Amino acid sequence: MSNAIIPLLLDSLASAALIFFAAVGLTLVFSVLRVLNVAHGSLYSIGGYVAASVCLFITSRQLNPYLSFAALLFSAVFVAAIFGPLIERSLVRWTYGKSEAVQILITFGLFLMLEDLQRMIFGVQSFYEDTPMRLLGTMTIGGVVYLNYQILLIGMALLVVIGLRLLINHTRLGRLITAVVTDREMAQSIGIDTNRIFILAFSLGVFLAALGGALATPTSGIAPGLGADTMVLAFAVAAIGGLGQIEGAAVASLIVGVARVLAIYLVPSLDAVAPYAAMLVVLLIRPYGLFGSVTARRI
Amino acid sequence: MRTIVTAVAVLILAVLPVAAPWLQFVLTLAIAKGFAALGVAVLLRAGLISIGHAMFFAASAYGVAFLARAGVNDLGLLLIFSVLTAALVGAIAGLFLIRYRAIFFAMLNLAVSMVFYALCAKLYGVTGGTDGMPVPIPAVFGIMLGEPLFKTVLFYLSLVLMLLVGLAVQRYLNSPLGHALSAVHSNEIRLEYLGIPVWAVLLIAYVVSAALAGLGGAIAGFAIGRVVPDFAFWTASGHLVLIAVLGGIGGVPGAFIGALFLELLHSAAVTVTDAWNLIVGLTLIVVIMFLPQGFYGLFSRKEASSL
Repeated sequence: MSNAIIPLLLDSLASAALIFFAAVGLTLVFSVLRVLNVAHGSLYSIGGYVAASVCLFITSRQLNPYLSFAALLFSAVFVAAIFGPLIERSLVRWTYGKSEAVQILITFGLFLMLEDLQRMIFGVQSFYEDTPMRLLGTMTIGGVVYLNYQILLIGMALLVVIGLRLLINHTRLGRLITAVVTDREMAQSIGIDTNRIFILAFSLGVFLAALGGALATPTSGIAPGLGADTMVLAFAVAAIGGLGQIEGAAVASLIVGVARVLAIYLVPSLDAVAPYAAMLVVLLIRPYGLFGSVTARRI
Repeated sequence: MRTIVTAVAVLILAVLPVAAPWLQFVLTLAIAKGFAALGVAVLLRAGLISIGHAMFFAASAYGVAFLARAGVNDLGLLLIFSVLTAALVGAIAGLFLIRYRAIFFAMLNLAVSMVFYALCAKLYGVTGGTDGMPVPIPAVFGIMLGEPLFKTVLFYLSLVLMLLVGLAVQRYLNSPLGHALSAVHSNEIRLEYLGIPVWAVLLIAYVVSAALAGLGGAIAGFAIGRVVPDFAFWTASGHLVLIAVLGGIGGVPGAFIGALFLELLHSAAVTVTDAWNLIVGLTLIVVIMFLPQGFYGLFSRKEASSL
């Protein structure tokens, strides 16, 4: 058993890192815009598709394979630059101030459209492009072979947590975002261009989703239906951590990652159930998530 | 006036399969989904959006399959027991789900239904995994019918049930208990101050909506002849919500109008394109933006409920 602990731990961490990438954008967008973007999972899988396509292009043209790392990042920026402003301006902005049912339904409609568009553009076969993973090679810990790429994933996740915290606490943009989150009307009345903040925050969320998809593709490949699975998983994680809490999402990813790896290790047939079971348990005990705060009910 | 319009609509529905036999299956399925969407619409009145109602739809269809395997072989009994199964599952799930509102309600329903889906798909020994389970043709009042005749009986039975259950749900929505639902939507705390137990109002609504989805699921199971885990997949739940919103949540006919429209559109669309979800998604967005009261809002002169 003790031999199994280190591999299990690394597996959990790597799995948690991937889950975190899926959830952090969702929770960030929710905290700023107060909109739950049901199409978030689709943006994750679009990021994966674009990254796989670019990487395949690089290998087919026999370019320097190390370019594929840049390609992962580039695809995320590309997807965010195109879809972020487009979706925010055309659909999400229309739902501000409307009931949550309307917000969920509008983004659900967008999700259905994006899923079909991906199927039309990228086909129904699964993509598998693992150049970045092979380049990094493996290492051996305690007799078990490890992929260095998993270590990279864990590092990237840490980088994102720290980066987002620095962005929010120590930059002008971060303070503007905090102001809008705390009191939207007040922020508007002292002259903050909230529409600009919304576009930026939404695009940042799309970037994080697409980056997650791009980073996940080399290890797990990409297939139709990934968007839906990711969305439900991302929500489970965001809800466990408390919607809108970035560090909460990180801790929740660890919980779900460990739950998932343990499920695979102990009861393999139930690995898909583990995240939801974790979410049900947490929400039954703390309805607003681990780090969420209770908002007063309006009379 | 209302009665006449309803009677004419039902008559047209009853006659349609005689003119075009292939429509019979489509219409049966549409009515089945209409029941489930009506269940979703009941909860939507309270501002609660459930993206997990396909679970009850599937639970009841699985109930039929299990009962049939256990030897129950009567259409009436199977329908009653399967609806009771769905209501029971609804009561259990509802007991803790009605504590939540808005996004949490929507997403917890989704999570519960996904656990259900995963269990149905993974427990191969019990549920047959993704192959699903067959739903055999039952006896009707002790008489074994051939498949074509049974499907016809099923269609007219669903039509009658649509009327009877529809009337019952209308009575329910117009009762104080039903009006309390809209009151939960507009201001829950005032309702509590008035001495009305919100949890009881919502639990009853939840069980009613689960039973409605169950009735639809049982009919769909009989019509298709097989139940698979995909019945409970979350996109199926999403389609139910779409039907409810499309038809309008202002009245009982809305759900059935929405279901008929969507099923007919589906039959037309599959011959032209396979981008069905693209059409559904676009329709959903357009309807919510420009027709928040649904199709029913077009017919109803009264101020119909909207989202």
